[in-house]
Amino acid sequence: MQKLFLTASLFALLGSTVVPASANEELQKLQKDPNQWVMQTGDYSNHRFSKLKQITTDNVGKLEVAWTFSTGVLRGHEGGPLIVGDVMYVHGPFPNPVFALDLNHQGKILWKYEPKQDPSVIPVMCCDTVNRGVAYADGKIFLNQADTTLVALDAKTGKVVWSVKNGDPNKGETGTSAPVVVKDKVLVGVSGAEFGVRGRLTAYDLETGKRAWIAYSTGPDSDMLVDPEKTTELGKPIGADSSLRTWEGDQWKIGGGSTWGWYSYDPQLNLIYYGTANLSTWNPVQRPGDNKWSMTIFARNPDTGMAKWVYQITPHDQWDYDGINEMILADQNIGGKDRKTLVHFDRNGFGYTLDRDTGELLVAQKYDPAVNWASKIDMDKDSKTYGRPLVDEKYAPGSKGEDVNYTGICPAALGSKDEQPASYSPETGLFYVPTNHVCMDYEPFRVSYTAGQPYVGATLSMFPPKGETDMGNFIAWDAKTGKIVWSDPERFSVWSGALSTAGGVVFYGTLEGYLKAVDAKTGKELYSFKTPSGIIGNVTTFEHKGKQYVAVLSGVGGWAGIGLAAGLTKPTEGLGAVGGYAALSNYTSLGGTLTVFMLPG
Amino acid sequence: MLKHKAISVGVAFLVCSLLYRNVWADGSGDPAAAKEANGEYYDKAGNPTYKVKPDGSVDWYTFSGYLRYNSNCIVCHGPDGSGSTYAPALKNSLKTLDYGHFLATVAQGRVNVSASTDYVMPSFGKNKNVACFMDDIYVYLRARANGAVGRGRPAKHDPKPPAWTKAEDSCMGPE
Repeated sequence: MQKLFLTASLFALLGSTVVPASANEELQKLQKDPNQWVMQTGDYSNHRFSKLKQITTDNVGKLEVAWTFSTGVLRGHEGGPLIVGDVMYVHGPFPNPVFALDLNHQGKILWKYEPKQDPSVIPVMCCDTVNRGVAYADGKIFLNQADTTLVALDAKTGKVVWSVKNGDPNKGETGTSAPVVVKDKVLVGVSGAEFGVRGRLTAYDLETGKRAWIAYSTGPDSDMLVDPEKTTELGKPIGADSSLRTWEGDQWKIGGGSTWGWYSYDPQLNLIYYGTANLSTWNPVQRPGDNKWSMTIFARNPDTGMAKWVYQITPHDQWDYDGINEMILADQNIGGKDRKTLVHFDRNGFGYTLDRDTGELLVAQKYDPAVNWASKIDMDKDSKTYGRPLVDEKYAPGSKGEDVNYTGICPAALGSKDEQPASYSPETGLFYVPTNHVCMDYEPFRVSYTAGQPYVGATLSMFPPKGETDMGNFIAWDAKTGKIVWSDPERFSVWSGALSTAGGVVFYGTLEGYLKAVDAKTGKELYSFKTPSGIIGNVTTFEHKGKQYVAVLSGVGGWAGIGLAAGLTKPTEGLGAVGGYAALSNYTSLGGTLTVFMLPG
Repeated sequence: MLKHKAISVGVAFLVCSLLYRNVWADGSGDPAAAKEANGEYYDKAGNPTYKVKPDGSVDWYTFSGYLRYNSNCIVCHGPDGSGSTYAPALKNSLKTLDYGHFLATVAQGRVNVSASTDYVMPSFGKNKNVACFMDDIYVYLRARANGAVGRGRPAKHDPKPPAWTKAEDSCMGPE
C-alpha cells in the first residue's frame, strides 16, 4: 500500500515536470472547456465551434460592447486572442507585441512583451506584416515572430523561457503563422513562397526549444520525411524521389511550398494535417513539372514527422492557388458510411472532403459557382488523371507560354478563400465559410532569382466576376455532398475567421469593419456592429464569471489591404468605371483594436 | 554684387521649379516626349518618358513597366501605384520625385521607422527583376503621375523592340 502510494506520487511529480505528454493532455482537456479559448483554431479539429449558448438567435441582436483594447499597431491584424483561465492573450502584427490582459479587471494589462526585431524584415513579408496569433501550452505562450524567432514566454510573467531561430529573413523567410503544440512539441511553419524559400514544417521540444524534426515540402525523400513505400497518395505508394522527379534541375531548392496556414491534429489517429503553399516563381513556364509537394495536403506523425499520406491539390500551379488553408476534421456520414473526414476549402475554389485516415478523396466540388479554371476534379479511380483537376487550357497561364495575358480566370490568386478559417458546427453539420468572389487576368513573364528578393514573375489584375459587383460571400456548405446550403453576398471579400456556437449563431467580420451575427440555419443577418477598422481577424467566444463574451480583432491590412484598399479594376475599363467598385478606403481606416461584446445586464 | 546675383539665380530657380511643379506636377518636369531611340522615349531634359498615341496605345516601356511594377512593387505600393496601407502611392510620389532620386531610392532602398510608422523599403539594386527594368517602371509611374495612363493593364501597346529584348537578355543573364 505504501509502495503504491509512493509510486502514485512519483507519477504525479513526473507528470507535472518531466513527462512531456502532460502538455498535450492539459491542452486536450482545456480545449473541451467552452469557457476558455486556448487555441487559435478553438480545438485540434479546427472547428472554431463553441458549446456556449447564452447568446442565441433570439438575443444576439441585443449585443453591446463590453470593453475595447488598442494594440497600438496600425498594420493588418489577423488571428485572435486566447483565453486561458482569467487571462486573455492578445497579439499584434510587427513589431509583434503580446499583451496579457486581466479579465477580472476589464482587460487591465498584466504584462506586455515586445521583441526587438530588425525592421528590414518588414519588406520581405509578402502581404503585410501580419501575425496569426500565439499558442498556449504548459504554462507558456508561444509566439512566431516576424523575423522567424520562435519564443516561449512564461504565461504568468511574460518572461522569455527559451527562444530559437526558425529561419533567415535574408533569404526571404519570415514568420506569420500561429504555432501549434502537439504532445511535447511546438510545430511552426515558415512564410515566403513569393521569395523563393524552401518550405518546411519544424517541430521543437516544448521544454527546451531544441529542434526535434524538420520536414521539407520539396527535395530528397529524407529531407521531406517521406517513405517511398509507406507514404501514399490516393492509396498508392509515392515511390522514390517523388519530389525531385517533378522539378527541373535544382529548382526545388527555391520552389516555395511554405507552411504558413493552420494545422490540425487527430489524437486517435496520431496524425497532424496541414497544407503547403504555392510555388516560386508565379511564371509556370519557368518551372515545368508537377512541382511536388507544393500545394499539397500532408498527414504526418507528430512524433517523428513521417508522412502517412499526401494529396497534391493543384499539380503544377499556374494561378498561385496556395494550398495552406485549414484542414477541418469532422466525423461525417458520406453515402451511408461513417467516415473520419478532413474538409478543406482550397484557394483553387474546390471544397474537398477526404478520409483523413487514408487520404482517400470522397468529395470535391466548387464552393463558388464562378470557379472556371477547372471543370471538375476527376473522381474516376480508374482514370489516369484520378484526383487531378481537369484544367481549362484557356484559363491556364502556362498553356500558351509567357508574355501572354490570360484573362477572366476565376478565382483570382487570392483564391475563393484565403487563410481566413471556416467553422464547423457539429449541431447543424454545416461548414461556415468566408469566401472571396474575385476573378483575375494573369500575365506571366521571365524572372530571375535573387536571395531575399521577390520572385514572382507574373502580373495580375483582379475584379469581381463578370456582371457582378460583390466581391465576397459568406456561405454554409454541406461537405457530405459538396453543396452550398445558403450564401450571403458581401461587398468585399470576407477575410475574417468564422465562429459558430451552440446558440445557433454564426459570427464573422467584414472588411468594412462590421462584426456580423447570422442564423446558422438560414444565414439571416441578426446583428451587425461597426468596429473601428476593417476585420481580418478571427472571431472568438468565451465565458467569464457566468457571462458569455464574443471578441474580435479589427485592423484592416493583409493581402486584402493591398488589393482592395485601392479599389479593384477591370483592365479594359477606364478611370470612370473604377469608381463603380467603391474603394475600401471609403469605409474604413487603419488601426488595431480588440472589441469585446456581451449581452446587456 | 556677386553674392546678390547668386541669390537672384537661386530665387529664379525656385520660382521656376515651383512653376514646373504647378504646371506639370512631375518631379522631372515636362513629360512630353521630345526624342525616341529604339522604342524608348525621352523628354526635353533627356529623362525617360512615356508616349501615348491618340488611340490610347502606349509605348513598350510603359507597358513593360506596368508588368514589372505590378509584379514586384504592388505588394507594398498597391495596384497601379495607388498606394497601400503601408507604403506611399507612387502615382503621387512621382509628382515631386525626379528621375535621379527615383533611381537612387529603388537602388538603395529607404527606411522611415518611428513610433507611428514603419516604412521600410529594401534595396532593389541587386534584384534583376527590378534593376533591369528601372526605366520601364519609372516611365510607367510617370505616366500614372501625369494621368496619361489609367488603372489596370493598358489595352494596347507597341510591340517589344528588338533592342529591348537584347538589353533584357544581357541584363538578366542566361535563362
